[in-house]
Amino acid sequence: MSERSTFRLNGREVVYEGDPLARLLDVLREAQGLTGTKEGCGEGECGSCSVLLEGAVVCSCLVPVLQVDGREVLTIEGLASDGAHGALGEVLVREGGVQCGACTPGVVVTLRALLERDPAPSRAAVREALAGNLCRCTGYEGILRAVAALVGGEESA
Amino acid sequence: MTRAFRPTDLAEALRLLADVDLGARPIAGCTDLLVSKTAVGWSPAAVVDLLRLEELRGVRREGERIDVGAAVTFAELRADPLVRQHLPILAEAAATVGAWQVQNRATLGGNLANASPAGDSLPVLAALGAELQLATADGERRVAYDDFHLAYRRTALLPGELIVRVRLPVPAPDAVGAFKKVGTRAASAISKVVVAFAARAGGGVLREVRLAAGSVAPTPLRLRAAERVLEGSAPDATAADAASSAARGAVQPIDDVRSTAAYREWVLGRVVRRMVLEVGEARTRAGTAAG
Amino acid sequence: MREPYTMRGPPVPFLLASPMTPLPESDTPAPLGNATAPASGSVGARPTRPDGAGKVDGSAVYVDDLAVEGAWHGATLRSERPRARFTLDTSALTDREVVCLTAADVPGTNRIALIADDWPVLADGEARHVGEALALVAAPTRAEARAAVAELRVAYEDLPAEVDLDDALAGSARELAACAVEHGDVVSGLAQAAHVLEATYETAHQEHAYIEPQGMIAVPHDDGSVEVIGSLQCPYYVHHALVALLGCEAEGVRVRQAVTGGGFGGKEDYPDMIAAHAVLLAARAGRPVKVIYDRREDMLATTRRHPSRVRHKTGVDADGKLLAVEIEVLLDGGAYTTLSPVVLSRAVLHAAGPYACPNVRIRGRVLATNTATNGAFRGFGAPQSQFAAERQMDRVAREVGVDPLTIRERNAYRPGDVTPTGQVLGASTSAHACLAEAERRTGFRERWKALEGERAAARDDGRPRGGIGLSLCWHGVGFTGNGERRMDSPVAVRLAPGGRLVVLAASTDIGQGTQTVLAQIAAEAAGVPFEAVALAPADTAVVPDSGPTVASRTVMVVGGILARAAAELARRVREHAPGESFAAAADAWLAERGELEVVERYADDGTVFDEATYRGDAYAVHGWGADVVEVSVDPDTLVTRAERATLVCDVGKAIHPLLCAGQVEGGSLQAFGWGHLEAARLRDGRLEQDSFSTYTIPTSLDAPAMETVLLEHPGGSGPLGAKGVGEIPMDGGAPALLAAIENAVGISAARIPATPEVLFEARERGASDE
Repeated sequence: MSERSTFRLNGREVVYEGDPLARLLDVLREAQGLTGTKEGCGEGECGSCSVLLEGAVVCSCLVPVLQVDGREVLTIEGLASDGAHGALGEVLVREGGVQCGACTPGVVVTLRALLERDPAPSRAAVREALAGNLCRCTGYEGILRAVAALVGGEESA
Repeated sequence: MTRAFRPTDLAEALRLLADVDLGARPIAGCTDLLVSKTAVGWSPAAVVDLLRLEELRGVRREGERIDVGAAVTFAELRADPLVRQHLPILAEAAATVGAWQVQNRATLGGNLANASPAGDSLPVLAALGAELQLATADGERRVAYDDFHLAYRRTALLPGELIVRVRLPVPAPDAVGAFKKVGTRAASAISKVVVAFAARAGGGVLREVRLAAGSVAPTPLRLRAAERVLEGSAPDATAADAASSAARGAVQPIDDVRSTAAYREWVLGRVVRRMVLEVGEARTRAGTAAG
Repeated sequence: MREPYTMRGPPVPFLLASPMTPLPESDTPAPLGNATAPASGSVGARPTRPDGAGKVDGSAVYVDDLAVEGAWHGATLRSERPRARFTLDTSALTDREVVCLTAADVPGTNRIALIADDWPVLADGEARHVGEALALVAAPTRAEARAAVAELRVAYEDLPAEVDLDDALAGSARELAACAVEHGDVVSGLAQAAHVLEATYETAHQEHAYIEPQGMIAVPHDDGSVEVIGSLQCPYYVHHALVALLGCEAEGVRVRQAVTGGGFGGKEDYPDMIAAHAVLLAARAGRPVKVIYDRREDMLATTRRHPSRVRHKTGVDADGKLLAVEIEVLLDGGAYTTLSPVVLSRAVLHAAGPYACPNVRIRGRVLATNTATNGAFRGFGAPQSQFAAERQMDRVAREVGVDPLTIRERNAYRPGDVTPTGQVLGASTSAHACLAEAERRTGFRERWKALEGERAAARDDGRPRGGIGLSLCWHGVGFTGNGERRMDSPVAVRLAPGGRLVVLAASTDIGQGTQTVLAQIAAEAAGVPFEAVALAPADTAVVPDSGPTVASRTVMVVGGILARAAAELARRVREHAPGESFAAAADAWLAERGELEVVERYADDGTVFDEATYRGDAYAVHGWGADVVEVSVDPDTLVTRAERATLVCDVGKAIHPLLCAGQVEGGSLQAFGWGHLEAARLRDGRLEQDSFSTYTIPTSLDAPAMETVLLEHPGGSGPLGAKGVGEIPMDGGAPALLAAIENAVGISAARIPATPEVLFEARERGASDE
């Protein structure tokens, strides 16, 4: 029966049965209890619901669950439990890249995708990558400082 | 509840879509669809996922054409070596569609089928003379992009018909082109006006001029009066001004949530004019360098 | 049929808004929370914010993340019309597993208790704006609740609506508030002027656009009390409104803050409404009810920044020195009073800008319109009136023939100058220091002149035109006038084993870092490490009412009271066991004398303000700031890019320089968005830009590179001379941006947001020197 979707979520296989047009976002938050992925707008503008689908950053509010069948999904919970998270998370906090936190999981997901393809992105590359993650608190400057500190390996003053 | 189908070959997908009783609708990147689904509770009897169809994937060169799969995403388009080399204005347009998250999902075929007058890639397809390869369970046909968007949000697609490939002529060595999107902000913006221009400029005069604009009419629009003005002209200030006037005269933009009719008409003229002038300047510079 | 609801206690699984880690008994405490920085404990350091780790790994629990057993979901039927009589038909929901409430079900006077008590919980027979709540539904799931709302039928009988200031002025001109300031003799001042300039400036609605939409959960308890958990700035505002609504004792309502995803003022007033809705639904349903807005609903229904129209008539001498200013401030209040009187008061008190002038008359009015009520938003009226003041100052400079920096140097306040209310400005007045620092960092004067020359000589080559603009602003810190005295603001510090302190204050962390800076202040005052201080959660059952988290008051006012309480507690502990370590002395106190809690309150600082005549000390102290913004403008499209911004801000003392800079950077980008991107137009009384795809806040590619310069000019009245920093970044960004656009392309737009359309129209109308 095709109204069942089976996918790998943060490394383990999960099965969803129900409306195949259910938003991946709702499946993650409600069926899977993974509330680190946030809904900010529900139309793919704010990026708060960003997840990695087959390694590509996407808005989970715009992915019907039927399309992740047989695919690999990584959420903030999965990313935060691996070895690469610590340094990025720490530097985001330390450099003022985190204020209210509502955009933060999505920002982390996008930055992980960016760093995967470019371990030392320029400021311009970070700005372009983050254009789909709206932040209303930081003015983005703290996030940019954090990535610069991470890839430059420098302690800020 | 909606039934979901995830065919892995085109024939199977077309068969499903041909089944009137099934009432299936095709879906791809879903970047517009799921917004409206949330807004209006869209719930068709069945959906057919197109993202697993190899026939709709990939960019390849076939003779004097670049052949782009309808399910190629804008992220793939903007990064594709063939597109960047031969169709730089298509790569440029792809880079302005939404932000990274949307570019990873939205497809060229989806932009076509969705048929928004603001679709960023559509004026480029018009300017580059794209031809669409369409298919139903009964067979294939080819339709020029110019004949595809019939009216506001209406296309030439028949019931059960899919866009399979988009075929674009490889431009001649003396080809010139330009793309400009005037959006609501620097990124992740919907266009207020979007313009694409392609021509041959050998010998100091413009030939085979194709100029198209989006968000200025119910469908993406070829600016044929402006093309006629430019055809056979040198890309100089006189031609630029004449093309600008002709472009402005050919559109009926509206006031809407993103912009005003007056601004749209003005900025269309400014953009067309600048595109022509820049082609002229580039030719002059090239001539100087060569001479 | 579902299983009957049973209450299980403790009622709600809940992560505290602030880490209340159980304090170990040991004398060598492990770090609290997630602190990773070395022990600093001192103001001016950058300890790691304790809420950071949970935010970066997704474990922080916001209101919609709370799984509440047995909870139903609430949804709201809203008016489609700006003004109409209406009747409801709820019969479609009969015999359904839902509850439905209308105005008739609201107890008491059907009002949210705020200032004027004119804001209905549910509209009763007449809707006064699009999006006003007409009826409420709760159902077992969110989808069922929304579906049930869609089945309610409304019959409207339209009434004449006034949807903007033009309508209101031509129509009823109903005032929600008015006030005036009079200083000197404006008529004779204008008579002596060498130049008199008149102009009108307008600003549009602005959406807060916090990334987390609003939401509340109400949990009814078996003893008849109700608990509310939500996304909010001011737990005691919600508490006050609910106690008034339910007519119960204070103990009957408990309000707790969930981790809150941004506020900017937007979660100051409207949470009262959502909490009221959730509580009424929960009472009727006999079970917890969750009311979570989606983005469109949030944008349609909740408050926005007041649109403004400010008219200036300015008289200057031949050198541009101010002789007289006459200002009329008009704000669009929306349908109900809510906080408009206080917003107006702040708008009027800042309307003349940071400039000395012997003769001033300012009149302000808020008019009612049939739009969603406008409310608190970072800056609270001051950004609107100072936008006008700053653009007018640039106009004066042009008229007199000097550059924008010079005109400000000639007029900016100095210590000892007298404001329009008669307040003598103190030693902390740093306007000139801010200007000097901005000039030193940017070379503004020369670059402005050079770009003026470039514009005059510009060729039609399509290249982006550069421009640079300057603004100077002031911002009164804390409540206006006698507000702090009335508030009293008790703040407590409690001793815990191992020499730890727990701070009890109602101040909320909505992202700005309250938890961190209040802990720093307490640590500094008590002489203990930062890690030894924890904040109690913002929970009305736990913390006293130390006032709302508004008006840039948290550090200076609440922090000042906290510093006294922490210092007093530490003094008592140390005197109890002289010579012992603080931890040992604390344990000795606890063992020998029991609990220790010290409460301090607002202490009269001698300021006097007469609210009837608007004479006296309007604010205990002011923050000062100068912004320099550089733009490029595409001459073919009039699209503006903010390229660089230099933000000089006198904060008195930066408690946590990084968090301080975060306020400046984030607030400034909101100001730039307001200045040129965030188009907000009404059509038939409905905001056209009602989603994140159409209401365009700045992305990372729209943000300029920002250099923040924090000045620590002495004389602030908070801990170690600190002043507030939350709002002043909102004041100067828009006028500096508009000044830069004028420098780039010669278009002087008198309204914001200065979108390309607005710039195009301004040029078409001839408001241009090109």
